[in-house]
Amino acid sequence: MSGPEAEVLRDAGAAEAALPGGPGAPNGRGLVERVARVRELGIVVALVALFGVTGAVNPAFLGFDSLRDILLNSAIIAMLAVGQTLVVVTRNVDLSVSSIVGLAAFGGAVILADDPGVPIPVVIAGCVLLGALCGAVNGLLVGVAKVPALVATLGTLYAFRGIDFAVAGGRQVNAADMPEAFLSLGSGSVLGLPLLALVAVVVLLAVGWMMGNLPWGRELYAIGSNPDAAVLAGIRVRRRVVTAFVVNGALAGLAGVMWAARFGTVDATVATGKELDVIAAVVVGGVAIFGGSGTVYGAALGALLLSSITSALAVLRVDALAQTAINGALLIAAIVLDRVLALRVAAALRRRRYRDAR
Amino acid sequence: MPAEKPARSPETPARSAEATAEGAFGRLTGLARRWEGLILVLLVAVMLWASFAVDGFANPSNVSFLLLDTTEIAIMALTMTLVIVAAEIDLSVASTLGLSCAVLGWLWNAGLAIETIMPICLLVGALCGAVNGLLVTRLGLPSLAVTIGTFALYRGLAYVILGDQAVADLPPAYTGLATQTFGPIPLVTVLVAILAALAAVVLHATGLGRSIFALGSNEEAAFFAGVRVKRIKFWLFTASGVFASLASLVYTFRYASARADNGVGLELAVVAAVLLGGVSIFGGRGSLPGVLMAVLLLGVVRNALILADVANEVLNFVTGLLLVASVLAPNLGAVWRRRTTRRSVRLEGNTPR
Repeated sequence: MSGPEAEVLRDAGAAEAALPGGPGAPNGRGLVERVARVRELGIVVALVALFGVTGAVNPAFLGFDSLRDILLNSAIIAMLAVGQTLVVVTRNVDLSVSSIVGLAAFGGAVILADDPGVPIPVVIAGCVLLGALCGAVNGLLVGVAKVPALVATLGTLYAFRGIDFAVAGGRQVNAADMPEAFLSLGSGSVLGLPLLALVAVVVLLAVGWMMGNLPWGRELYAIGSNPDAAVLAGIRVRRRVVTAFVVNGALAGLAGVMWAARFGTVDATVATGKELDVIAAVVVGGVAIFGGSGTVYGAALGALLLSSITSALAVLRVDALAQTAINGALLIAAIVLDRVLALRVAAALRRRRYRDAR
Repeated sequence: MPAEKPARSPETPARSAEATAEGAFGRLTGLARRWEGLILVLLVAVMLWASFAVDGFANPSNVSFLLLDTTEIAIMALTMTLVIVAAEIDLSVASTLGLSCAVLGWLWNAGLAIETIMPICLLVGALCGAVNGLLVTRLGLPSLAVTIGTFALYRGLAYVILGDQAVADLPPAYTGLATQTFGPIPLVTVLVAILAALAAVVLHATGLGRSIFALGSNEEAAFFAGVRVKRIKFWLFTASGVFASLASLVYTFRYASARADNGVGLELAVVAAVLLGGVSIFGGRGSLPGVLMAVLLLGVVRNALILADVANEVLNFVTGLLLVASVLAPNLGAVWRRRTTRRSVRLEGNTPR
């Protein structure tokens, strides 16, 4: 039975979530935290091993240009993984992110190509707003109308993409149509670090800090740990869930602009199927698919790991077609590992409780 | 169509059994029945509209094309209904279909006889489903996460096996069989009807079906009532894999082309049809006739829009919208009913129940 062990762990996670920094917390807290740290450490070890092996086969993989490329490639997925974490932590999921990225990328690119007079910051803000609007549709469907997130966002995945196709009508915007200044955002660097990666890091740190320290951040964990208890605890669940979806949509809109700036060629098919990479990154990064635990840092590390594997495959001359299978296998390995860890922790917590009771 | 098959479900009590202890239960099944009625009315309305307003819709060759075009979705929707009634989900069906197609193409290229390949494909499908089932039942993992993972894994394996080539030189005897029609009724529709009758009997007229409903509405209660929860779930996932590979055989022969990307995105259509057919995503409620009508409804809408020259991607928009609406409508209806009953209770002077 999957029930009791998972509940023990979830209760421990909820207690931890509700009392940030409570020093007198029972010793279960330290254990849960240590496991979370081990989980993230595991990804770092996997990353080091990946870079070690690939670097040994081809030292150019560790060169400046190659590392820069990997950072650039992972920036967009990492950004989406950060947003997805907000949603997944509340025990929901947003499958429509890739369609929001596509819609924002095409919308932004078309405006830049057709009305060169519009200032670039306005276009970026518009795309973020468009993303937030799409997120609000998801949020209202899930939070207010109580449509299960899986169904609602599977529907909007196709609905948003359909709107994208209807607007685009087969049109493609090329790099030559867009202003130089905009494209340089996608390829530019500050102090040798790619600008897009910096944006992703800033977003990561900001969201990470908010989820760890602000009340609404902790409330997201509480909602995911136990939705009914969250209602009883006076948390405005509906509002928080809608907010999580809106923020996720806004980040997807920003990712859409970044996509347009980075690749320069935009049509209605942009980012199709990327939702899977994002969810794989989040789950590999240790965010529990049923909510209540995991961090945005883990999710970003997961995104970095998956993008690095893509690059490594190219260097190792493994067929790129194997990438999908590897993503799927990693995702399954990650949830199996999480499950085993959860069972271990639950058993350890039970033992401690028993000992304390004596 | 098998849709006319009466659902002999013990769960549908007489309509007058409302005020009894079975009140809540009766109301639920009443809603389901009304929902199926709604789908039927919608189906008839769309068909009537399309026959008058859309050129060439009522044409016999178009009818057989329509039926042919819904075959794979219908086959996969049968087992998907059972899986969702059991409060699980299988998002990997379309990828299982793709993997089975890829295996077929690969073995055909290797020179095996098609009669040897087909059972192997079914075995591959069973294996895919069994892996899902083992991960869900033995490790207690959520089926949503597992099948998102295998959704990528199986499709990826299909690409690894067949690459991006298309195997098209399949034996004409079988490709002909897949498009064979009797009047306007395609041969494969007969296959669908047989499978549908089988699934409907299992779900609505056997102890196994009762168990599936029971474990879908309350797994723990079902467990304590002696339902072999894990075993049933395992076999449901395995059956889902087998049916997906059956669909892959139809798909491959129908298009006379085995490719790794066969049937990409079909899982949406399947899930949409099942939910539109009145099956609850939370499990424990639904009926096969409703699902079959929903498959037909989606097929008719698609076909009519294609004939009316609507782009393929806009069709996906409609499918997505119908999917959301199928869950949204009953939810809003429930909210509305709760409001009105609350008001009427207040008007009647607040008699405590």
